[in-house]
Amino acid sequence: MKTRYKFLAWPYIIWLLIFIIGPLCLIVYFGLTNEEKKFTIENLSIVGQYTSVLWRSIWIAMISTIITLIISYPLAFILSRKKAKIQSFLMMLFILPMWINFLLRTYGWMTLLENNGIINKIFGLFGFGPFQLINNKFAVIIGMIYNYLPFMILPLHSTMIKIDQTIIEAAQDLGAGTWRIFTKIVLPISIPGINTGITMVFVPAVSTFIISKMLGGGSNFLIGDLIELQFLGNTYNPHLGSAIALVLMTIILMCMSLLNQFDTEGKEDMLL
Amino acid sequence: MFLEREITALNKNIIVKLKDLFVVYNEDIILDNISLDINDKNFVTLLGPSGCGKTTTLRIIGGFMTPNRGQVFFDNKDITNVPAYKRHINTVFQRYALFPNLNVFENIAFGLKIKKLSNKEINNRVFSMLEMVNLKGFANRDINQLSGGQQQRVAIARALVNHPKVLLLDEPLGALDLKLRKEMQIELKKIQQSLEITFVYVTHDQEEALTMSDCVIVMKDGSIQQIGSPTDIYNEPKNAFVADFIGESNILDGVMYEDFLVEFLGNEFECVDKGFDHNEQVDVVIRPEDIKIIDSEKAKISGIVESVVFKGVHYEMIIDSCGYKWMVHSTLCEEPGTLVGMDIKPIDIHIMKKSG
Ligand SMILES: Nc1ncnc2c1ncn2[C@@H]1O[C@H](COP(=O)(O)OP(=O)(O)OP(=O)(O)O)[C@@H](O)[C@H]1O
Ligand SMILES: [Mg+2]
Repeated sequence: MKTRYKFLAWPYIIWLLIFIIGPLCLIVYFGLTNEEKKFTIENLSIVGQYTSVLWRSIWIAMISTIITLIISYPLAFILSRKKAKIQSFLMMLFILPMWINFLLRTYGWMTLLENNGIINKIFGLFGFGPFQLINNKFAVIIGMIYNYLPFMILPLHSTMIKIDQTIIEAAQDLGAGTWRIFTKIVLPISIPGINTGITMVFVPAVSTFIISKMLGGGSNFLIGDLIELQFLGNTYNPHLGSAIALVLMTIILMCMSLLNQFDTEGKEDMLL
Repeated sequence: MFLEREITALNKNIIVKLKDLFVVYNEDIILDNISLDINDKNFVTLLGPSGCGKTTTLRIIGGFMTPNRGQVFFDNKDITNVPAYKRHINTVFQRYALFPNLNVFENIAFGLKIKKLSNKEINNRVFSMLEMVNLKGFANRDINQLSGGQQQRVAIARALVNHPKVLLLDEPLGALDLKLRKEMQIELKKIQQSLEITFVYVTHDQEEALTMSDCVIVMKDGSIQQIGSPTDIYNEPKNAFVADFIGESNILDGVMYEDFLVEFLGNEFECVDKGFDHNEQVDVVIRPEDIKIIDSEKAKISGIVESVVFKGVHYEMIIDSCGYKWMVHSTLCEEPGTLVGMDIKPIDIHIMKKSG
């Protein structure tokens, strides 16, 4: 590349400075100061009081991510073996819900899961229930899986369409049965997709506040709700909010670097 | 006497037998009752134009698809419904199909690991195979760090290392340049003879088929046109299609007047074929290299030279005679526009039944 074109990068660099680096610095600044603008780590130590909320958030996000992966993986694989036309049509169907506003979609689940909601009414017809389907962890997890499923399927599908059918046939030809083809060929090739999918689902899931608010009731307060409360609630405290955000960010970064340990091979591939 | 009988007995050792294979896709007949015996330790080639069903036939032998009708036998056992991974057959795929997540060594060792051989045995076999295909020192390379020709050789090694009884090769040299192609042809033939493996080789290159094979099967539109040794196929093509596909030929409509006498382009010619009906319509096939350019006044057929192309060993001329364009190979060069005569010996006039 000629250096002449370097100026084209400037808009992006300015964008990066104003909207990403700047706010990050502000969060760090707020997180480490008090109302008198004095340096303190008091905020961080207060976060320690909320470890249970933090653990619950990570736990629920992990469960949701794992279930989403389990649902999406076979689905993406089966999809990738279909004819191109059928593939793009089915992909459309999976992405279609994303065209509807996030709040509305989650609200839709409220009406489904309520005590006098549609699901319980159907159970009622057969003389069961009503069951407590809403305002618990179960409802939050359902909401997360439903909302983030496309973010798992898309990256999985896009790595799996690269697995040519003849590669699978070659493995069969050399004597490999279904299980071995899966563990030795399909799984290793699709690891970059798995990692991207996990990242794209886990990160929003661990920091969400709408889903837990609408479907979790009061008892399933998550870290996202806690942060929201510091900024928009009546306990207005941006210093504590920033400190919690800092801790959350550190945790996410740690999780991601752990994940990348599995991905070194895939990364090398991409560089070549 | 005895020796001859022994040899024929050996040759009769059939390893793969196809019986009435029939395949339909969306109402198109892809294979139309293919029956075929493949002898053990032979180099057998499926030859035919693109889309004639060569890959389909190979995939049925390999176990990647089942025919709508018909059977496949291996060592006299019906394996029509045996899945690919249980067959003692290995394949070199049309587009290599190497595992991108494994390096050269791991690719070649894949089949051996499944067979649970000891690490030492696997190492020995893989490294001797790498040597055989001239890839010593490439063991730890990634697949995407190899050239097309090198990938091809890894694919061959990956299949051969399992010591299959039958190796299926689907246009394995298709992507290589001419020089490498010739080298690999010799290499493959050597490997086949030294390991005594049956090769079923697919190509649409007639020269490749003739130089490498013990037996050539010429296919067209899903059916077999002729089975025979390369010399049989070349010297005695069964019909006009085979004659034309195996080296371009001049094919004319003719009428058989009586045994040893045929008429075409308004002239009677002596020939060496017999056994046709009186006045039967036939195809007359004459090879370009069998036509001799002579003085036009002494010849039964004469024509105007339309074009001349130098082909290295000979000149290729198109000669127009009463509307029929002859292709003639000659060491003489005639200027375009000159009137020349053509002489054909009776033995070089091949008479064939009209097909279809
Ligand atoms: N999956 C499929 N669905 C429909 N038709 C197919 C399919 N696979 C092959 N065919 C058709 O079957 C015919 C034979 O195909 P095949 O691949 O056996 O040809 P081939 O002789 O190997 O040709 P080539 O030399 O081009 O490789 C072709 O007309 C092709 O269009
Ligand atoms: Mg083919």
